[in-house]
Amino acid sequence: MAIEVRIPTILRTYTGGAKSVEGAGDTLSALLTDLDSKYSGLRGRLVTEQGGLHRFVNIYVNDEDVRFLGSLDAKLNDGDNVTILPAVAGGAFGFAAAAALLGRSTAPVR
Amino acid sequence: MLSIDRSIIDAIIAHARRDHPDEACGVVAGPVGSDKPVRHIPMDNAARSMTFYEFDSMEQLRVWREMDDRDEEPVVIYHSHTATEAYPSRTDVSFAGEPGAHYLLVSTREPDSEEIRSYRIVDGVVTEEPVRIVEPTVDPHAVQSYMFGQSPTTVDYECSPGR
Repeated sequence: MAIEVRIPTILRTYTGGAKSVEGAGDTLSALLTDLDSKYSGLRGRLVTEQGGLHRFVNIYVNDEDVRFLGSLDAKLNDGDNVTILPAVAGGAFGFAAAAALLGRSTAPVR
Repeated sequence: MLSIDRSIIDAIIAHARRDHPDEACGVVAGPVGSDKPVRHIPMDNAARSMTFYEFDSMEQLRVWREMDDRDEEPVVIYHSHTATEAYPSRTDVSFAGEPGAHYLLVSTREPDSEEIRSYRIVDGVVTEEPVRIVEPTVDPHAVQSYMFGQSPTTVDYECSPGR
């Protein structure tokens, strides 16, 4: 089963410059594991050491943000399109303070 | 260096003033590889905060897809700081996910003047760059009319349908 995955500029170093790649899996988690076997290190940029999605990455299945579809447990079907975008965020507030306030991992998305 | 038209800077400042004291944010798209910001897209600050901004994820998907369809990329990503100087905070550096973009900061701290500065943020390293504001060469408020088949730079004498 083939799922098209669109890769943002900042992560194309992992895919040899490819804007879009194909992967397989019946959940987002399985898909990312499959992609990581071909593009080593990619999963680590999207998933924290605690096993959750990095807060400042947006992943969409077709037109839905996966946060509304069960995050890493989001179900995938053959022919689905997955889009990865770096969330755009920032501001004058200190990073550590913002992370603490929002209950987010302080590991930067890099 | 960032070169950007006066009309776009004015639109960004107007957006930042409108949302003050909350931070305002948005994108200026341009053709891929051109480094030319041409299409101003004000975005919602989903955080609606005086110290933090975050694009709404669904709006971002729509805008990023639209740019993709038009062979554009985010040439400028801007936001405002409403009580501090126009310098990227640690938050901005940590979350900078578009290595090709100019990160434009507008400070609306002073009520009647704006500080506008631009940065590259790559791999957590911030480099300030000069901003060149390109003034309009034609007065945009002047009333102008052109004959059929003419534009300010060309005259089509044939008006040939095949071209």
